[in-house]
Amino acid sequence: MLNSAAMLTLLAASLMLFAGGAAGALVFDRESGRCRRMTHGLALCGTVLVLILGIAGLTGNSFELLLPRILPLAGGLALGLDRLSAFFLLTIAVGVIPSTLFAVGYTRQYRQEQALLGFALNVFVPAMMLVVLSRNVLTFLVFWEAMSLASYFLVMTEKDRDETRSAGWLYMVMTHAGLACLLIGFLAMLQATGSFSMPEWARAAEGVDSGVRSLVFLVMAAGFLSKAGAIPFHVWLPRAHPAAPSHVSAMMSGVMIKLGVYGLIRIGFEWLGPGPGWWGVLIMIVGAVSALLGVLYALIDSDLKCLLAYSSVENIGVILLGVGAGLVFRSYNLGSLAALALMAALYHSLNHTVFKGLLFLSAGSVVHVTGTRITEEMGGLLKRMPHTGAFFLIGSLAISAMPPFNGFISEWLTFQSLLLSFRVPEQFINLVFALCIASLALTAGLAAACFVRAFGITFLALPRGQAVEQAHEADWTMRTSMGLLALACLTLGVAPVLALRVLSGAVNEFLGAAPDLSFDWSNIAAASAFGTIAPLWVAVILALLMLAAWVGLRVYGANFSRRYYETWGCGRAVQTADFEYTAAAFANPFKRVFAFLYRPVEETEIEAHSESRFFVKTITYRHESRSIIEDSIYAPIVATVRRLAAKARTVQSGNVHGYLLYILAALLTLLLFAK
Amino acid sequence: MLAQIGITIAQWLVVVLGAPVLAGVIRKTKARLQGRRGAGIFQPYWDLRKLLVKEVVIAENTSWVFRLTPYVAIGTMLLSAFIVPVLTTAAELQFLGNIILLMYVFLLSTFFLALAGLDAGSSFGGMGSSREMAIAALAEPTVMIAIFAIALRAGSTGLNEMINRAASDPLLLLNPGHLLAFLSFFIVALAETGRLPVDNPSTHLELTMIHEAMILEYSGRYLALIEWASFIKLFLFLTLLGNIFFPWGVAVTLQPGAVAIGVFALVIKLGVLALGLAVLETALAKLRLFRVPELLSGSFMLALLAVISFFFLR
Amino acid sequence: MKLLLRKILKTPVVTESGISTVDADIETLGNALTKEVRKLFGRSLNIREVDPGSCNGCELEIGGLNSPYYDLERFGLHFVASPRHADCLLVTGPVTRNMADPLKRTYDATPDPKIVVAVGDCAKDCGIFAGGYGVVGPVSSVIPVDVVVSGCPPHPRAILAGILMALREFRGP
Repeated sequence: MLNSAAMLTLLAASLMLFAGGAAGALVFDRESGRCRRMTHGLALCGTVLVLILGIAGLTGNSFELLLPRILPLAGGLALGLDRLSAFFLLTIAVGVIPSTLFAVGYTRQYRQEQALLGFALNVFVPAMMLVVLSRNVLTFLVFWEAMSLASYFLVMTEKDRDETRSAGWLYMVMTHAGLACLLIGFLAMLQATGSFSMPEWARAAEGVDSGVRSLVFLVMAAGFLSKAGAIPFHVWLPRAHPAAPSHVSAMMSGVMIKLGVYGLIRIGFEWLGPGPGWWGVLIMIVGAVSALLGVLYALIDSDLKCLLAYSSVENIGVILLGVGAGLVFRSYNLGSLAALALMAALYHSLNHTVFKGLLFLSAGSVVHVTGTRITEEMGGLLKRMPHTGAFFLIGSLAISAMPPFNGFISEWLTFQSLLLSFRVPEQFINLVFALCIASLALTAGLAAACFVRAFGITFLALPRGQAVEQAHEADWTMRTSMGLLALACLTLGVAPVLALRVLSGAVNEFLGAAPDLSFDWSNIAAASAFGTIAPLWVAVILALLMLAAWVGLRVYGANFSRRYYETWGCGRAVQTADFEYTAAAFANPFKRVFAFLYRPVEETEIEAHSESRFFVKTITYRHESRSIIEDSIYAPIVATVRRLAAKARTVQSGNVHGYLLYILAALLTLLLFAK
Repeated sequence: MLAQIGITIAQWLVVVLGAPVLAGVIRKTKARLQGRRGAGIFQPYWDLRKLLVKEVVIAENTSWVFRLTPYVAIGTMLLSAFIVPVLTTAAELQFLGNIILLMYVFLLSTFFLALAGLDAGSSFGGMGSSREMAIAALAEPTVMIAIFAIALRAGSTGLNEMINRAASDPLLLLNPGHLLAFLSFFIVALAETGRLPVDNPSTHLELTMIHEAMILEYSGRYLALIEWASFIKLFLFLTLLGNIFFPWGVAVTLQPGAVAIGVFALVIKLGVLALGLAVLETALAKLRLFRVPELLSGSFMLALLAVISFFFLR
Repeated sequence: MKLLLRKILKTPVVTESGISTVDADIETLGNALTKEVRKLFGRSLNIREVDPGSCNGCELEIGGLNSPYYDLERFGLHFVASPRHADCLLVTGPVTRNMADPLKRTYDATPDPKIVVAVGDCAKDCGIFAGGYGVVGPVSSVIPVDVVVSGCPPHPRAILAGILMALREFRGP
């Protein structure tokens, strides 16, 4: 057991390391090599301390800290650590440590931007940590904004590219729209409870009118969901995450969006007090839609990183299904089920950090050596980058929830908690749950298809482009970091008992109810014997049986000779990469089935020789699909804003006297109100 | 303890060794329905035995994923053979996992087969992979909702409990939810095991293939493993259909008499299902690929109705 | 469907019994297979049909093998779609220039051990196409042939007998 002084020392030490990293970035901004090693090295050390802090917190250590001198306006800087916060600290550390290690080798390509990258990283990571630890409104908002700004600058690393700038702009707008929502919610709660401190809200919430609480919940949920990238607030995510350098994508997709989930869990279960069941139903619907649409868009995207970003939307959806189910269960006083559902959600968010980090990092090393993000130009990389390829395969298996990897365990838990919904004695809720189960199942199937496509088209068969043929394996820092994450995928899938133990402790402390789950090394059982699974045994027996098949063939005396010959192409003389199935072709059945959603536009142009139309010179096939959400929700909003802005321009006269007049008028109005 | 180990291994052997015979029976029945004499019911065994003496020709473009896949395919199916209660619900090895694990283990083998289909770089393989994944993905919601429907009634997702609970219900077949769930699961089983009207297991035309197109590059012992795995998958799906929805005869204790009845019941159930499958495959034409989603969404609706009927009739 | 089922019930098994080799004109050339492999193939043989330039007369007769009357499946024979799955190449017609290379590739793509059966007079000695400018030669000029079934086109029974002859002990003319 560590006492709270020791915990605070750890916190201070890690903040010092980050501060040192940030200062180092400014001092060595001319020496890119030293800057790179120093900033990332210090960030790495600082994050290791965050990891220790998280583990200490999960084993039951806590602290409270109030510094009234800093931010005196709103009750001072208030920090605190409980097990839930500690769990998210762990998630942050698990995502950030491999990413920064990866960045040591990976950011070698960014010579000019080194100082900015290092500085922003050393602000971004501690800001995320402090968001999780914040215990009053202003503290929370300050670090939330610091996190958003730092990540904005990280996204803008390659600011010379048009798409990066537009992605950054969109991210900025969306994140501040979210911040505005949060502000409104916080101010409303401030008004209703008269306190800046969020733990006090939880105590005072019973006295607040439930209509007000529901409104606050809606507004703040919108704010947090926009950070989490849930549909319909996801528009920034598939643009900003791919535009950033890959280690930043890994941190944003793997870690930062989880803080949206963190906020949602806090308001749903704690800060706003107990809420009605429809809060949960709403979150579940958002989750189901996010999961389904996220994976459907991932399935047709040909940009490797964009695909991963959409898959983050999907996984946030899966997490939200768990969170929403927890909210519903709690409103029906099914505490142990609520704990189970929340536990599934938290486990999935940790798992997503691990495998999405792994996938973004390995995609990053692919993009690094090939210089393209388009899967249609890749292929055959497994032979040229064997380690990266194997890591990507492990990540793909994990994210598709394949046993014995970690994604399977959390998806299984989510399924169990959804299936147990029949204990809710209301038919409407039962039906919602049934549909959510269906959408989760469809999501799982589509995710498998999506990652068969992602891995198969990128890494298997023949290279489709010149750049890919000269690809080479990544350097050791990059491979080590990917290897760590791949190992984590396997460990969390084969031996989930450690993670489940700390999680059930955290959920128990947070909700005051133990999850309806018993587990040991060999067996996990949800709701006594409703569903059982033995992940360790499954893995061991599967491996043994595969081996047994091989041994059996040997013993039987099967013919083990092997001859390499060209791929069967019906006797065709040349078998080139042009004959391979493309990513677009692979996704085509899905495109046709879900045409109502994609609304695909296809154009085929055939240019023939002038002598005969049967001698084809070129065929150009273009296909694009439109986003139904952007068309039907965002386009009208953008149009309205533009129209209003055009009107508002009349105010902008360019005359200094006029502006002075505005300031005076504003001041007078404020003074009148203040009175 | 000894009886436990004995029955576990016995069940496993029944699945692993009985699977090719079941495939042979279906082929033989189909042949008779077509007025042919057909091959003997042990023909799949002769096929497998022959494949094992053949050399393996591997496409130059492939990677280790291609060579690993046959072992994944057979390994997952051998594992599943431990999980499904075939003769008795008193065997303990089903602690490995519930029906959800089973479905994911099946998906794991599909995942690798689809990767192997892409690995050789031929157009056929990619086509097969794409279609197989599309059908697997679209079948998944039906599977889960059908499982939900059964689990609601059984109060468990464990396979043993599901069967025990169904066996103790005398009015089982009068229950509309049960029959609806059976129908939807049956359609899904057709899709998952690549039978008509979703996929034609005996087609020779690459453009109409789904499962076959993925494994077009395999030969020799690899092909033997994959074929055997697909026989086991068919056997397991039919066993699940027979035992979960018509649980009579499945031994609930390990007494020799009960197990003997279990064997007898299994043979009868599989025989009836095989006959049904053969009649269906003789009478139906293959659906166009883009009609298959309609079939699957139809089966999804059936499953959803099964769930709804439970909530509104309870 | 009702009609179909009624028809199924009414129709008896129409497959002819046994196999007569009396009217078949068959020549066995190669004899490379070991006894064990022969025995295995006798139970199970997967056939890939290759047409490097036939007039499709032989194909019609080969198609007849799949019919209920000749029913080649009862011997464990089976047509497959990929040479990787095949044990036997059934080659028809003279080998044309364009198809010589694909035929060679198909042969190489088939895993050992394997047999090649040349079906029809054209496959044997180019038949009426002999000397044509587009013709390379008989099948045996491109890939090693084990059995030749003569006829223009050969009777399905003869083709069946030819395949089976390749598998059983060669007894001489």
